[in-house]
Amino acid sequence: MDNQDQTFEVMRACLLAGKIMLRSGAETYRVEDTMSRMASALGIAKTHSYVTPTGIIFSVEGVGPERTKLVRISDRTTDLRKVAMVNAVSRKISSGEVGLAQACRLLEEIEEANLAYSFQIQIIAAAIASGCFTIMFLGSWLDFLPSMTAGGIGFFLVVYFHRIVPVKFFAEFLSSFFIGMIAFLFVKFGLGQELDKIIIGSVMPLVPGLLITNAVRDLMAGHLVSGLSKGAEALLTAFAIGSGIAAILSFF
Amino acid sequence: MVYIEQLVTSFIASAAFGIIFNAPRESLVKCGISGTVGWIVYFSLDKNGSGTVFATLMASFLIAVVSQLFAKAYRMPSIIFSVAGIIPLVPGGLAYDAMRNFVENDYGAAVSLAAKASMISGAIAVGLVFSEVINQVIRRSSLGPVK
Repeated sequence: MDNQDQTFEVMRACLLAGKIMLRSGAETYRVEDTMSRMASALGIAKTHSYVTPTGIIFSVEGVGPERTKLVRISDRTTDLRKVAMVNAVSRKISSGEVGLAQACRLLEEIEEANLAYSFQIQIIAAAIASGCFTIMFLGSWLDFLPSMTAGGIGFFLVVYFHRIVPVKFFAEFLSSFFIGMIAFLFVKFGLGQELDKIIIGSVMPLVPGLLITNAVRDLMAGHLVSGLSKGAEALLTAFAIGSGIAAILSFF
Repeated sequence: MVYIEQLVTSFIASAAFGIIFNAPRESLVKCGISGTVGWIVYFSLDKNGSGTVFATLMASFLIAVVSQLFAKAYRMPSIIFSVAGIIPLVPGGLAYDAMRNFVENDYGAAVSLAAKASMISGAIAVGLVFSEVINQVIRRSSLGPVK
C-alpha cells in the first residue's frame, strides 16, 4: 500500500470512530481527542478536527496535498456501551496492540452491531426507575405502582412517537401529556395518593440528563458551539415535558 | 429507616438509568453506586438544613469524583458512571411546581421556583466542573502519575 492510500485509510478509521462516538452520545471533546490520538498513533501527527453535535470536519496533513472530509450526523441516540467500546479500540491503537486494518474491521463491527438492551428491558427499567424516584422524592409506597405504570407507558410512548414523528419536541410533549393524564386518572379513581409525586417520578426517564452533563463538560472544555447547542436541546426537551404536564394541569 | 429506603431506591433507580442509557452490563452496579453516593449526600445534607443548592453542589461533585475513580480503575469513559448518578439531582420537582404555578396564573411564585430550579441546575454544573478541574490539576502537577 502506498502512502497516499494509507493516509486515506487512517482518515476513514478516525472518522468512523468519531461518527460512532458522536452518534452514541459522547462528549465533543472526547470525540476530538480520540480522533487525533488515533491518527497520531497511526502515523499522522498533524490533524485538525471540528466537531459539532451535527457533523464532523476532519482534515489531515500527510504526504501530498492536505485532505479534508466531512461527516454528517443526522440521528443521535444514547448508547454508552458503544462509546466505551470505541474508547477501548482507540486505547489499543495507541498502545500498538492493533494495526490499521484490524482497527478498521473492529470499528466496522461496532458500527454494525446492535448492542442495545432490548426495548422491553428498557421499558421495565424506566418503569422501575419511575417508581423508585417517587419514593426518593418522599412519596408514599402506595404511589409506587401508579408511577411505575405511568413511567413505563411514558417511556414507551416517547420512543414510539419518535418513530412516527421525527420531531423530538412533539414526541416528548405528547408522552408527558399522557403521563400527566394517566397519573390524574390513577388519583381520580383512588388508586394513587399524590398527583405531584406520581408525575414527578414518572417524567424522570424523559429528563435530558445526558445532554445537560455533556453540555456543561463541552462548554468547560472550550467547545462553545457544541456546548450551547446541547444546552439548547436540553432546554427544549425540558420545555416540552413541562408544557405537556402544564396542558394536563390546566384541563383539570 | 428512611435512609435505608433511600439507599435502596436510589441504587435501583441509578442502575435502571444505566440500562436506559445502554451502559455496558458490567458497569451497571457501578452506575448504581455512584448514584447512591450522590443521592445519600444530597438527601442527608438537604434534610439537615444545609440548603438544597449546597446539597446539590456537594452531591454532584462527589458523583463526578466517584465516576472519575471508576473511569481510571476500569478504563472506561467517566461519563458512563456520572450520567446515571446526576439524574436524581435534576430539579424535576421544582420545575414541576414552577410549571403548575404558571398554569394557575401565580406568576410570582412560579418565577421564584423557576429561579431556584435554575440555581440547582447551575449547582450541578459547578460540581461537575469543579471535580474536572481538580482532576486535571492533579494529573498535570507532580502529584499525578508520570506519563
